[in-house]
Amino acid sequence: MKSAVIVFPGSNCDRDMAVALEKITGTKPLMVWHQEYDFDTVDFIALPGGFSYGDYLRCGAMSARSHIMKEVIKRANDGVPTFGVCNGFQILTETGILPGALMRNANLHFVCKDVKMTVETTDSMFTNAYGAGQEITIPVAHHDGNYFADADTLDRLEGEGQVAFKYADDINGAQRRIAGILNGKGNVLGMMPHPERMIEPALGGSDGRVLFESVMNKLG
Amino acid sequence: MKARIHVTLKNGVLDPQGKAIEHALGNMGFDGVNEARQGKFIELELNETDRPKAEAAVDEMCRKLLANTVIENYSIELE
Repeated sequence: MKSAVIVFPGSNCDRDMAVALEKITGTKPLMVWHQEYDFDTVDFIALPGGFSYGDYLRCGAMSARSHIMKEVIKRANDGVPTFGVCNGFQILTETGILPGALMRNANLHFVCKDVKMTVETTDSMFTNAYGAGQEITIPVAHHDGNYFADADTLDRLEGEGQVAFKYADDINGAQRRIAGILNGKGNVLGMMPHPERMIEPALGGSDGRVLFESVMNKLG
Repeated sequence: MKARIHVTLKNGVLDPQGKAIEHALGNMGFDGVNEARQGKFIELELNETDRPKAEAAVDEMCRKLLANTVIENYSIELE
């Protein structure tokens, strides 16, 4: 499986993502700088965590309008599996590929800890190796993870199996405790928690590895 | 021409920073503040001299970058 990690000024989880992808897929991912217009054909695109452009204006707002994102949006719309973590999730909502927005945590605190969350659907290329309703532990580290969408959008996301993960407890004020969502076609996942930081026991657990293995099941 | 843009959170969208400001004002003894909402103010210096054209251009800038219309409203003043 060939993958690419998009790197923005201020990304800081790009190397964690690259290590996870290389360990699990066996192939070093392509690191693509935000000023590029194009990159080699890949099977999987990752938008890493971090604080791109210093979170200026809104988290992910600048990155979502960068040169490389035009190409990422095109490929995601063509069905290429695209995965945004933390700042990557914020960027995906800012492009409009994923609905809603990520706002300042309701209690205003930066939250940095391992959190429990439940797998809300196993019928997706990102979650097929988890058990239905399984509780998993994945770290979060964010200030703006408070997921917001209007009630109709939330109902649609829940009704159509587009909510991938929910926090077991309310950690940031996110509507309906949503931690991660899929697009309608199911080839795009955005989530605030960091599965790439939980891929082997030495890191505190392997619950994140299962997400990458799910993708491998699908793509080989 | 100068454009002044106010970006505010839509009604019904929780504004935790506004809430914190409201509480701080209350703690400082400023009574009678029912609600505080925090927004952004952006000032642009434009080359355009035609008012309707400037308005249309700034409106597009707001929709495409300056505001996130999922959660925010914006208003434009030209001078």
